[in-house]
Amino acid sequence: MYPEQYRYTKEHEWIDVQGETGTMGITHHAQNELGDIVYVDLPKIGAAIEQGKSLGSVESVKAVSDIYSPVTGEVVEINEALSTAPEKLNLDPHGEAWLVKVKLTKPEELSDLMSAADYQSYIGA
Amino acid sequence: MPGKTRDHISQNESLLFEMSSPGKKGYQLPDLDVPQVDAAEALGAANVRDEIEDFPEVSEVEVIRHFTRLSTWNYGIDLGLFPLGSCTMKYNPRVNEAVARTEGLLWAHPYQPAEVAQGAMEVMAHLEAALAEITGMDAVTLEPAAGAHGELTGVLLIRAALEARGYARKKIIIPDSAHGTNPATAAMVGYSVQNLRSNAQGMVDVAELAKLVDEDTAGLMVTNPNTIGVFEQDIVKITSLMHEKGALVYMDGANMNALVGLARPGDFGIDVMHLNLHKTFSTPHGGGGPGAGAVAVKAHLEPFLPAPRLKTVGGQWQWDYNRPQTIGKVRAFYGNFGVLVRALAYIMAHGGPGLRNATLDALLNANYIRKGLEPYFDLPYKSPSMHECVFSDDRQAKLGVKTMDMAKRLIDYGFHPYTVAFPLIVHGALMIEPTETESKPEMDAFIQAMIAIAKEVESDPQMVLKAPHHTRTSRVDEVGAARKPVLRWKPTTLASKAAD
Repeated sequence: MYPEQYRYTKEHEWIDVQGETGTMGITHHAQNELGDIVYVDLPKIGAAIEQGKSLGSVESVKAVSDIYSPVTGEVVEINEALSTAPEKLNLDPHGEAWLVKVKLTKPEELSDLMSAADYQSYIGA
Repeated sequence: MPGKTRDHISQNESLLFEMSSPGKKGYQLPDLDVPQVDAAEALGAANVRDEIEDFPEVSEVEVIRHFTRLSTWNYGIDLGLFPLGSCTMKYNPRVNEAVARTEGLLWAHPYQPAEVAQGAMEVMAHLEAALAEITGMDAVTLEPAAGAHGELTGVLLIRAALEARGYARKKIIIPDSAHGTNPATAAMVGYSVQNLRSNAQGMVDVAELAKLVDEDTAGLMVTNPNTIGVFEQDIVKITSLMHEKGALVYMDGANMNALVGLARPGDFGIDVMHLNLHKTFSTPHGGGGPGAGAVAVKAHLEPFLPAPRLKTVGGQWQWDYNRPQTIGKVRAFYGNFGVLVRALAYIMAHGGPGLRNATLDALLNANYIRKGLEPYFDLPYKSPSMHECVFSDDRQAKLGVKTMDMAKRLIDYGFHPYTVAFPLIVHGALMIEPTETESKPEMDAFIQAMIAIAKEVESDPQMVLKAPHHTRTSRVDEVGAARKPVLRWKPTTLASKAAD
């Protein structure tokens, strides 16, 4: 369920780092808690994002929730498909429904994040 | 279970557009007895509108019946218990309406010169004084049109006061048990929002707050009682802590109906707060509106209040526009005057002891419901309840039924749903606020309905998941409506043209 190579935040985001770039999204647990997701608000390409700060939001029938960036860096790609098909976040949050790709400027921040095992014990899974 | 009756037209209303048939109309004009003028020639062709295609053509009685039928589909406080937590759906006494229809108040116009508006101005002055006394604050503005507007006004006042001291500061701290509009308000005024987690009792964690407050903190926005209906018992420590750092404290007064006659925010250190007159002071609420979000302040914020302010000169009421430090007007004229009249009528009809009694009854009712439902629903925070109680759907969710499903089923039992999935600090919340309005039999009927639903969740969860069963419209597709909203009805002729 929670891929081993990903790193996780307490706010329920994940990041998968390959070289200088990381792909990030929200966790299965997060989408399950939010319920049916109806809208995703993502930053623009080129936007500077900061660890722990909001980079956008997801809206479910229950509430709007901020997405907190796991790392500091620059947005290099966003998942355009989510603007017309937000339901993908409920179906494949760790894969097809990634949110943004970011060029890391402070890779040392990764050590602040949780492993898959730590995250699962954090959420009581 | 009985089936649905959909045959009679009153059970299945069409849109006016669908009732239209060419040439039908609800008026009759006499023959023209003056020469006809060509509008395009007289006004210029650009100023003449084309016929609106597919505009409904219906008779007067059809329009009357259409809206009267729709009104019977509604559920309101005049039909029964309306336990929408945090919204304070209390009865709107008819004496309010009688007073609001007083000749002179009913037809008062904001452009009337002060000399002939003395009565209306006195009503506002009396209401300001009454609200100041009830809250323990020094001055009140009646301009804001609703609760969130009052919040915005209040935080603008905080900013103005800090700016006058030389530095507006940068952030506002908001507990996660506060009302959802608070962070939006702080952001609108240009502050960044710092979230403060509640402690295990669901209250502000004073030690945690002490760590967050610094020289850049403009203020704290606190809701008291908070959204789980619990009184912040450390409120004096909290306000002192903020004041020591030069920050101010805003209180969201949405739950003030739990305090009227018992405790005054001005006495526990609040600098500025709003009051939802349409909640605590019984003016129409929810579709009926409009609201009124009076803001009460301590003396040190008074110079910044929206202008104009009421003053007396030689025994006459006047508007004082000479307010150099004002944040400016926040609404046209003087607020929703008709609502203000109703709020004053409510206050004066009750008097001090009556208002206190209303509060005590509201607290008693909420605790009666809490006791009645506690054996059947999970109560995550055990702190004493004030005017509302918040359960979690944890027990039912294990059987696959969530708070929203049970709320839908409650409609079958003839009640308006409770507040669903809010506050967010309670997982799968059922937030219930009976207000002082309800009698014991009405609350017993509600409690029995909720217990019946809890039992249905165990015996037949599928049935609850498909509720409501006894309504004209069955479960609506809320996800579909949010993802692919249809924002307007399209006439079939236009739709077919578009398809061509």
